[in-house]
Amino acid sequence: MANHEDTFKPGSRLSQWLDERLPVARMMHGQFVDFPTPRNLNYLWTFGGILTFCLGVQIITGIVLAMHYVPNDKMAFDSIEHIRRNVNYGWLLRSVHAVGASMFFVAVYVHIARGLYYGSYKAPREILWILGVIIYLLMMATGFLGYTLPWGQMSFWGVTVITNLFSSLDAVIPGLGTAIVTWLWGGYSVSGVTLNRFFSLHYLLPFVIAGVVGLHIWALHVVGQNNPIGIDIKTKSDSVPMAPYAVMKDLFALFVFIMLFAWFVFFAPDYLGHADNYVEANPLVTPPHIVPEWYYLPFYAILRAVPSKLGGVVLMFGSILVLLFLPWLDTSRVRSARYRPIFKWLLVLFFFTFLALGYLGSKPAEGIYVLWAQIFTAYYFLFFLVLMPIVGVLETPSPMPRSITESVLGDRAAPAKS
Amino acid sequence: MASETENPNRRDFLTVAATSWVAVGAAATLWPLIQQMNPDASTQALASVEVDLSPVKEGQAITVMWRGKPVFVRNRTKAEIEQANKVPVTDLIDRYARNDAIAETAAASDQNRVKKDHENWLVMVGICTHLGCIPKGQALGDNKGDYGGWFCPCHGSHYDTAGRIRKGPAPENFKVPTYQFVSDTKIKIG
Ligand code: HEM
Ligand code: FES
Repeated sequence: MANHEDTFKPGSRLSQWLDERLPVARMMHGQFVDFPTPRNLNYLWTFGGILTFCLGVQIITGIVLAMHYVPNDKMAFDSIEHIRRNVNYGWLLRSVHAVGASMFFVAVYVHIARGLYYGSYKAPREILWILGVIIYLLMMATGFLGYTLPWGQMSFWGVTVITNLFSSLDAVIPGLGTAIVTWLWGGYSVSGVTLNRFFSLHYLLPFVIAGVVGLHIWALHVVGQNNPIGIDIKTKSDSVPMAPYAVMKDLFALFVFIMLFAWFVFFAPDYLGHADNYVEANPLVTPPHIVPEWYYLPFYAILRAVPSKLGGVVLMFGSILVLLFLPWLDTSRVRSARYRPIFKWLLVLFFFTFLALGYLGSKPAEGIYVLWAQIFTAYYFLFFLVLMPIVGVLETPSPMPRSITESVLGDRAAPAKS
Repeated sequence: MASETENPNRRDFLTVAATSWVAVGAAATLWPLIQQMNPDASTQALASVEVDLSPVKEGQAITVMWRGKPVFVRNRTKAEIEQANKVPVTDLIDRYARNDAIAETAAASDQNRVKKDHENWLVMVGICTHLGCIPKGQALGDNKGDYGGWFCPCHGSHYDTAGRIRKGPAPENFKVPTYQFVSDTKIKIG
């Protein structure tokens, strides 16, 4: 994709002067104006832009919240209330940041599901995909660290339970798990020391994410975008320049997304959170029912589905790490699930499984809920580790259009008029 | 330059030696950066605490803080002690006493989890050995689980009247910290 037409023309003497010394404007023009995008992209392709917007929102609101927030176990809880009640527009900034984290995850789940359905993880986009999985892991870490900061009951007990996951390593090398947990806590229990370091890391990670996003977009612009039929751009009529076509579509989708975002911020700012987090952290009382933020629920369900402590932890991390290997687990050469009659339905069932695990993660771990969580956990791994490699070999793909242009214009696709 | 081709081993040695020293230097630089996260001197200094047992009547329990963790102190009834003694160690999920004052391999009998002549007092770190919640069972009205000891609602672990895990995902018995009776009604934990 690097060798497309360059329509950049410096507008003024100054920009010409700059262009001869540091052609950054030319590069941006080439990558975000002239860049060829497949002409058949649907709205699922607008979520990358939406995600970039979300990261920007979190960084900007986060930096200003940090001007008022106090990372100290005695004062953190009150400082959030202070932000909400006293700081000018604090109620708004705080809601945008808290709701923003949820919206960020809504967008990333759509974005990942899009990649799965249209086979965007396959050659030559393996690195692009792996960078995406790394961003997702970093987001989960950042969200987890951030949720500690209000120092409510859910913050405190969420941190306790999640950091204790590492103590399961005691079953591998006695003492190792405990040593790691003590090191993470900076003490013998979760305390103000822990809160302080989590704040430091919560401030750091979004900038690491921004760096990896840069690499992600770089990798994208080397190999070019996939598209709903999963066939590469071959002729000029298969693509349109990014601006104004893709840019306008992205903006329209972004505005719709912002409306939903704003609805939560203004009408239901606490809907996505948990009421127990408005009770200050108390190291002596565990709330009767601990749940993580909604975006972790499927993994929490996997953790609890396994009756062994170490086994649960291994499967939970494994369920995310398995994504790193998709480019090699999927043996089919057809990218888009649209032309894969069997795989398509297995994938739909997988999406259902993921949602079901999310529901089960929010329920107490007892009785029938555990059984269902075990069944869905089994399908989760079966899908990636067994069905994906086998179906790719056995399945006969359905007939495909020969080009993007043909898929859009059908018979009207006269000989490409490049 | 001629000597270089004549004497390749000497060049290799220098490269390996230099690289090793760089690695040592990098590790030495990294160490303080990692070590600063471990418990600091002030956290370690809070290591022991004295508890007055006189207000705790038979059948009651109190919770005290030690190293930022809750410690359960229960004055057990005769029936509770008997119940704990009746269980053969082979029936237990975790057969080790988990008592810091005695050998790591000691069996999880009731005697091994208490002090001689003070068998009614059960002193343990009140943290579920699964993922660290504080189990119910200290207050009189609490759900004490299927074995009459403690119950962790987080993921459903049941402990018996000697604080041993009997059912649920927790892998170990409650830990017994080192403590001494400084008088008949006072203990020092840590
Ligand atoms: C990847 C981007 C980010 C995500 C996913 C994220 C997520 C979160 C979450 C879930 C909370 C807890 C909100 C609540 O329930 O109250 C939070 C709080 C907070 N975050 Fe972030 N955050 C991000 C970026 C940042 C940045 C860049 C900063 C500062 C430089 C920051 C500063 C804060 C502060 C001060 C709080 C405490 C205030 C509050 O709880 O509303 N965040 N963050
Ligand atoms: S923390 Fe007690 S059962 Fe999980």
